Amino acid sequence: MEFVRPDTLEEALAAKAERPGAVPLAGGTDVMVELNYDHRRPEALLDLTRIAELATWSASGGHVRLGAGVPYTRLIDELGDTLPGLAMASRTVGSPQIRNRGTVGGNLGAASPAGDTHPVLLAAGAEIEVASVRGVRRIPAEEFYTGVKRNALAADELITAVHLPTEAAPAEQFSKVGTRNAMVIAVCSFALVLRDGHVGAAIGSAAPTPRRVPDAEAFLAAELPWGTDAPLLDSLKRRFGELVAAATEPIDDVRGTAEYRTHALGVLARRTLTWAWDDHRGSVRACA
Amino acid sequence: MTSTVEGRTTAATANGVGASPARPDGTRKVRGEFAYSSDLWHEDMLWGATLRSPHPHARITGVDVSAAVVVPGVHAVLTHDDVPGLNRYGLEHPDQPVLADDVVRYRGEPVAVVAADHPETAQRAMKLIDVTYDELDPVTDAEDAVHGEVAELHPGGNVVRHAPIRRGEQTPQADVIVTGRYEVGMQDQAFLGPESGLAVPDGHGGVDLYVATQWLHVDQQQIVAALGLTPEQVRLTLAGVGGAFGGREDLSMQIHASLLALYTGKPVKMVYNREESFYGHVHRHPATMYYEHGATRDGRLVHVTARIYLDGGAYASSTGAVVGNAATLGVGPYDVPNVSIDCWGTYTNNPPCGAMRGFGAVQAAFGYESQMDKLADACGLSPTEVRRRNAMSEGTVMPTGQTVDSAAPVAELLDRLEAMPLPADPAPAGGTADLRTLPGGVSNTTHGEGVVRGVGYAVGIKNICFSEGFDDYSTARVRLAAVGGEPAVTVQTAAAEVGQGLVTILQQIIRTELGVDQVTILPMDTSIGSAGSTSASRQSYMTGGAVRAAALKVRGALLSHAATRLSRTTAELHLDGGKLASVSDGVLADLVDVLGEAEFDETVEWRHRPTEALDPETGQGNAHVQYGFAAHRAVVDVDVELGIVKVVSLDCAQDVGTALNPQAVVGQIQGGSAQGLGLAVMEEIQTEGGVIRNPSFTDYLIPTVLDMPPMTIDVLELADPHAPYGLRGVGEPPTISSTPAIVAAIRAATGKELLRVPVRPDHIV
Ligand SMILES: Cc1cc2nc3c(=O)[nH]c(=O)nc-3n(C[C@H](O)[C@H](O)[C@H](O)COP(=O)(O)OP(=O)(O)OC[C@H]3O[C@@H](n4cnc5c(N)ncnc54)[C@H](O)[C@@H]3O)c2cc1C
Repeated sequence: MEFVRPDTLEEALAAKAERPGAVPLAGGTDVMVELNYDHRRPEALLDLTRIAELATWSASGGHVRLGAGVPYTRLIDELGDTLPGLAMASRTVGSPQIRNRGTVGGNLGAASPAGDTHPVLLAAGAEIEVASVRGVRRIPAEEFYTGVKRNALAADELITAVHLPTEAAPAEQFSKVGTRNAMVIAVCSFALVLRDGHVGAAIGSAAPTPRRVPDAEAFLAAELPWGTDAPLLDSLKRRFGELVAAATEPIDDVRGTAEYRTHALGVLARRTLTWAWDDHRGSVRACA
Repeated sequence: MTSTVEGRTTAATANGVGASPARPDGTRKVRGEFAYSSDLWHEDMLWGATLRSPHPHARITGVDVSAAVVVPGVHAVLTHDDVPGLNRYGLEHPDQPVLADDVVRYRGEPVAVVAADHPETAQRAMKLIDVTYDELDPVTDAEDAVHGEVAELHPGGNVVRHAPIRRGEQTPQADVIVTGRYEVGMQDQAFLGPESGLAVPDGHGGVDLYVATQWLHVDQQQIVAALGLTPEQVRLTLAGVGGAFGGREDLSMQIHASLLALYTGKPVKMVYNREESFYGHVHRHPATMYYEHGATRDGRLVHVTARIYLDGGAYASSTGAVVGNAATLGVGPYDVPNVSIDCWGTYTNNPPCGAMRGFGAVQAAFGYESQMDKLADACGLSPTEVRRRNAMSEGTVMPTGQTVDSAAPVAELLDRLEAMPLPADPAPAGGTADLRTLPGGVSNTTHGEGVVRGVGYAVGIKNICFSEGFDDYSTARVRLAAVGGEPAVTVQTAAAEVGQGLVTILQQIIRTELGVDQVTILPMDTSIGSAGSTSASRQSYMTGGAVRAAALKVRGALLSHAATRLSRTTAELHLDGGKLASVSDGVLADLVDVLGEAEFDETVEWRHRPTEALDPETGQGNAHVQYGFAAHRAVVDVDVELGIVKVVSLDCAQDVGTALNPQAVVGQIQGGSAQGLGLAVMEEIQTEGGVIRNPSFTDYLIPTVLDMPPMTIDVLELADPHAPYGLRGVGEPPTISSTPAIVAAIRAATGKELLRVPVRPDHIV
């Protein structure tokens, strides 16, 4: 197995074009496990950790460009207020050691249905920036996940960044069920983003891919008393929970039953709605 | 803690018995510098790999190694044909093939081994071995294996042992009857250091094996039988052990590596990876238990009737002894006049099960403690009151007819727990509590919504040391001489230090008995007699007892030597902190001066008092040496809508007889309680059709620091007059009561019956 260590993105893209079978390596927290278990024997590893620009982020005009190689620990420390939903998801990834190395780019590369950042990226309307020697394109998050552990990358492409809109007063929540109180792969997860008149909601680990829940989003967008600080009726929360639960397509596995996942997502939907709406009400009151 | 103890013969010595000197391996382990068996290395060594059966039950129709042997770098590919001695081994019965011959009985059973000059090469060659199988229906249900019409997996049938216990009336009448069927899932020891070792051929047909194990001599016995060698030709030395908990009592790579080393004439190292480790050691027996408790209206037990099925999996391992424990301890730490228990251990095609911390007592405790809570409910008593009313005490007669002849402070343990302060109330919904204090932690599943608190109690009982007439002994050699102008002692035993801290205890014992500060514990190996197993909470008792006995012999010889040199009588002399002194004249001389060139060297084989076999029909007999007791109070917050549990506090009271090393005692109680917490809410090897579904730490979950609460621990020291220093084995009791206490607390919070552990979220919602 060859180990390729480009210093620049250009070199990396050239290398990937030349050897599409080379496996990119960011934090290595997925790749190294697969190698250790002999689940994967790539012809080459393409180490991206020397490419400085992948590990940077920038914010401008209501939007953040987050480099694919920024580790979770930095995301939490440096962007915790700007991207609260993504930071919440990042805090739940693995252990401190994993968060020091693991990246959103790697989460996207692995595209596990249980990856923690996916529901937030979907709910926030993120775009995935990918590049190849042929050029750069942006893929909307909802088009990125194409199957169990499969994504929309072409063989010669690398993920370079994630683009997310930001809000002055964000109302974002992420919530994940696991059978342990830390360091656990999601049994199921849920993300909710409220943005004046607009709702983004997505589920993780409850369908072959992470996915948005359009009926539940549309219902909320229409029914929420936007711009007021009115509390929400229980009936509305319940209906939202039911619509989320109805959108699941879970399986039974070692981590939990399909029935439990559907049930739990209904609960998470109701609770995160309460919390996100509280955030929204807080900002309405602050403006008044 | 009090510490006035029978038998302490010299003035308290610094870092002697009762102190907590730092353990020698602590810092090195924390810094990642400790050498584990997986770190072993030898010039020119080869790497071994094991081909395992993909089927839980199949007949082997052919093995073709031709493609594997020709891989460059491969030195050997061996099958059962290459086992020179008996192709069977086992702790109680030699029923397990070293390498499968005709039939494989579990998924993961070794079929062939490879040695190559690189671990990758060994793996690749292993995959080129072509084994053909005729798959057979797996037997996967223990009750079916006992009663059903299923295939016989071994000659003589599928029952490894049936242990009946009959005491008192067999058809008693009671006012109140509660019944239940309980299940315990298959727990894993989850030690962090995978199975590993290094076998070095000696060039004369013998082999030196460096290995992480729990009992060097029982390994040796099984290896020599398989290799057709003598014990002199197979020498074992303990390598750095990364945790054991029972999982290293059975052999893993020992015979395989030795076989490869002898065949190739080169050192062979074998290290399992995490997945292979799940196939490479035995697990805790899963249990199905049917209990009936009868009591008077005021909650006094009249009878307990129980049927307990323990699934031993493909091979016997220590199933027989586990059955003995579950049966004899099946009613718990209670005084019950009428008992009828039947306990079976069976063969199935599930993964083999054997020793794990608590050893049969863990499973039974989940059954009888669940029943005691049901009984409390039925009688309108509190859980602690129903237990107090039935608590056994010194003098109680066990269901085996054995009279408990030392402290059994069951009621006192409960009183002490009840007196401990309770944690602050849970945070209200919608509050701003630190997420880490709530069920789900930073996963942000609740801000207090749905959270209900519950409190539960449990007590457990465990036999200490080996039981049922087993000739249980330990061998120790103690040598005293002056080295570099200082008195120095070396201690040699074959007792496996598996992380429990035995080496520190042995040093403490020498300091107390001989007043010598400088104590060297020699590497543990088979050049001395057996120390027995590091299990059954027995090494402080047994090897501690042997070292103490040898030290006393050394002291006797030293005192007569000193008496001559100092022209005194032996009777008036004693040792005091590196000096010889007499009562009348105080310090007479430095020990080092009295020693001169003399050297005192004593070896002792030490036994606890004998036990008896159980009567095979009635289960009567003085089967156990000593009983240990612990009790827990668990406080949990349960998110009742999501079924997520946060254990808020897990307090423990335990009688340890005498705390030889109080810090080590507390460490054992914390660790054992955490292992019990794991069984209560997360730890289970899930199998389907005999196949393990979660052979990884991604999906076999063990508690993290955010799952395990801080503990209040109350250590009682009620010395046992029969035991060295009055000590009572510490390691297992806290694992036993922790699980049922937590489940009782979850029941209190949720109102659910919860008849199975581990409790999963979907059992609660
Ligand atoms: C102990 C442990 C706990 C874990 N817990 C969690 C958890 O709680 N939640 C969770 O979601 N995940 C968890 N994971 C999985 C893993 O940590 C995450 O998926 C992480 O985001 C991967 O990031 P990485 O940088 O380490 O990726 P890597 O392992 O380097 O790569 C992952 C995949 O992405 C590809 N890749 C990486 N970078 C790029 C790029 N720029 N362009 C194209 N492809 C790329 C790689 O080729 C590979 O296929 C855990 C892993 C471990 C070992």
